Amino acid sequence: MAGVPAGAIDCDIHPSVPSVAALMPYLEDHWREQVTIRGIDELNSISYPLNSPLTCRPDWRPATGRPAASIEMVRAQALDPFATSIAIANCLYGIQLLFSEDMAAAFARAVNDWMAREWLDREPRLRASIVVPIQNAEMAVDEINRCAADKRFVQVLLLVMGDTPLGRRHHWPIYAAAEKHGLAIGIHAGSAYHNPPTPVGWPSYYTEDYVGQAQAFQTQLTSLICEGVFTKFPNLKVVMLESGFTWLPAHLWRLTKYWRGLRMEIPWVDRAPGDIVRSNVRFSLQPVDGPPDQASLLKLFDHMQSDDLLLFSTDYPHNQFAGLSAMPDGLPPALVRKIAIENPRATYARLLETVQ
Amino acid sequence: MNELRAQAAPDAPATSRIAIADGDIHPARSGARDFHPWLSKRWQDHIDQYGAPSRHGWQVGPAYPKSQPNASRRDAYPPEGGRPGSSLSFMQHQHLDTNNVALGILNPLGSGQGVQNPALSAALCHATNEWQLAEWTSKDSRLRASVVVPYEDAIASAAEIRRYADNPSFVQVLLLSRTAEPLGSRKYWPIYEAAAEAGMPVGVHAFGYGGNPVTPGGWPSYYIEEMTGHSQCQQAGLTSLVMEGVFERWPTLKMIMIEAGFAWAPPLAWRLDKHFHTLRSEAPHLTRLPSEYMRDQVWWTTQPMEEPEPRAHLQDSIDWIGWDKLIFATDYPHWDFDDPAQALPLRISEQQRADFFLGNARKVYRGCA
Amino acid sequence: MSRHVVATAQEIPQGGRKLVMVRGRPIAIFNLKGEFYGMLNRCPHQGGPMCEGLVTGLRESKMPGEYVYSREGEILRCPWHGWEFDIKTGQSYCDPERIRTRSYPVEVATGQTVVEGPYIAETIPVSIEQHYLVVEM
Repeated sequence: MAGVPAGAIDCDIHPSVPSVAALMPYLEDHWREQVTIRGIDELNSISYPLNSPLTCRPDWRPATGRPAASIEMVRAQALDPFATSIAIANCLYGIQLLFSEDMAAAFARAVNDWMAREWLDREPRLRASIVVPIQNAEMAVDEINRCAADKRFVQVLLLVMGDTPLGRRHHWPIYAAAEKHGLAIGIHAGSAYHNPPTPVGWPSYYTEDYVGQAQAFQTQLTSLICEGVFTKFPNLKVVMLESGFTWLPAHLWRLTKYWRGLRMEIPWVDRAPGDIVRSNVRFSLQPVDGPPDQASLLKLFDHMQSDDLLLFSTDYPHNQFAGLSAMPDGLPPALVRKIAIENPRATYARLLETVQ
Repeated sequence: MNELRAQAAPDAPATSRIAIADGDIHPARSGARDFHPWLSKRWQDHIDQYGAPSRHGWQVGPAYPKSQPNASRRDAYPPEGGRPGSSLSFMQHQHLDTNNVALGILNPLGSGQGVQNPALSAALCHATNEWQLAEWTSKDSRLRASVVVPYEDAIASAAEIRRYADNPSFVQVLLLSRTAEPLGSRKYWPIYEAAAEAGMPVGVHAFGYGGNPVTPGGWPSYYIEEMTGHSQCQQAGLTSLVMEGVFERWPTLKMIMIEAGFAWAPPLAWRLDKHFHTLRSEAPHLTRLPSEYMRDQVWWTTQPMEEPEPRAHLQDSIDWIGWDKLIFATDYPHWDFDDPAQALPLRISEQQRADFFLGNARKVYRGCA
Repeated sequence: MSRHVVATAQEIPQGGRKLVMVRGRPIAIFNLKGEFYGMLNRCPHQGGPMCEGLVTGLRESKMPGEYVYSREGEILRCPWHGWEFDIKTGQSYCDPERIRTRSYPVEVATGQTVVEGPYIAETIPVSIEQHYLVVEM
């Protein structure tokens, strides 16, 4: 792995909620008291078990408490060492797992306000994604509209596994709101765990869950394309976060082969799936789930048939690479610059508005 | 002036075509009664009154309407009537002779696998196995049968495998990919034990209904999504087989992933290796990298072949998997059939072509060398 | 190039099709509302026999959920993989810019002109009372 050019835009870092106490000032009275009355400790999903070797790099793990839980840690570990110009904070707090729509909406409001006050106000290099209660599209739209005035929010954050596929029309109000405000839709690894995290049931091992995220991204890409989300919202940008990307060419080959014969079922898809991906879908860099040798990785980049698709990310504090080597070795300098700077700028309309 | 010419025969003879294996042929029943010779009156009556539902809601037919009736080629209906795949003589004429099939593997579908009632599932699977012998393999020496097992009941499945362990007409065990639990789950281990003992590879054919949504994010709207999704189901099943240590425990066991393409396999292996490296402490029972188990113990049938443009990308994919790991398959008589004359438009060596179309299959299926 | 008499006009009814051989090439002839069109009987994808495909209408859509149906009987679906082709032009719908099936104009000629020649009749006895389908190849 190679180093990162100065001024890179890191499109996926994960400041964490240190504990539910941190959110208390941002919860409304009823919900603040519910936390106490009902003994709600924390909303951390099994997607990232606290002590798993993947959840935090050893050299980034604090002696006590959660990784990436203070602004000092994020500055010292994620921003300064990589000379990052901008980093997008995607807070993975288990809002999407809740079964109560009202509770989900309340916690989403609290997390977004906490993000604005505790992080964005204090660190000009940070931007953030709006956490929404995906359980109810109307409430999710309300939250998007509430936060959108703050231009430091550049994206709406969803998880890759929810109750229903993300292309389905009941989610569309979320996409309409995002498109209207110039927000990207970020789809991050993780599950509401309301469905089994594999299409063949619950696995025994965490490794299966994490590796299986790539299959979930494949199915969501299928859904977004086949449902015609990009026909309806041609300006929408969807970013697959912590998705891996080496699966993309093979997946598109398969989907395209079927689309050619099954076009009649979804006649609004009037371009090949690969064309749609190239115009509307992007992928964060880490984890690079690539072949061990450089020659194969370069072939794989060739199979992707576009230099526009990847956006630099460290996936901080998750354990995906060592030292500062966040960029794969052997990429042409022009491609490195696209991944690090130009592609993120072209993807996140709001980054340009606030970079002064 | 005018001249009169004799009309040429539309089908060219197959002798000029190289001999091939077909790892995925679907023989069909012409009707429920075909199984009656091997099905007790008790189950005949049960099916008549209650049907044989699998884990989805329709009395008849698949969860998502297919794109063509019986999911079949429109030119595959036998002239004497009946469903595509139900006439041996027409299959011989249209496929086995025309495409010069030297080794054809029968993978019966709609054969009781995944049926809700486990005893009925076992009875139907057994009837299917006897039917393959009586109606197919005994009548055409190019055909070989699969031991169809009621996989949600692994004990019954193992018994069915052992019943045919010494019968050379059976060359593999057949599962479907949409299981109720991931394929590596301990619940299914008796199947792998019996298959390893019998020296039969275990084929995992796409489809089936295990009761889980076909995506881990819920049910999609369209048939194209279900079809595309079979590859993700196979990836999840294979991940589970690796992580649960099935390959570690039965090092002679071979698995064949059927009818979900193959280009997804290298990226899955890379991803498994990368994260296994980080998460190794979770699976101390694995002594090798995930990709190594896959390299040594997993094969893929080719159909539906991915069709990248440029096609050279497919060559990279096969180079990554290994030219010894693919078994050509047509999926006859189904609609997404791959024609052996058209399916591999790559400049490759004669040896690679011979292995791809026949040699690999001869090595993998039991007793077919 | 020569002109080949392949069928009588009467033997392919409206909506019908017939497979004929012209210079060893299989051609599917379709009758669309009295107009005749010829198409090579091999799908450009994997060679599926086009003459056995289903003839359908065209489905188009500007927006998810809208299904605009038109041109009933003018679109052929390959009997294998379902690729759609415009019978009149051979154009595909999955990749109209680059993928098309070979199409052949079919002309209706009177028995009188056919008898006068020069035509090649493929297994067709010709009489002046009939109309004939002629493919130039």
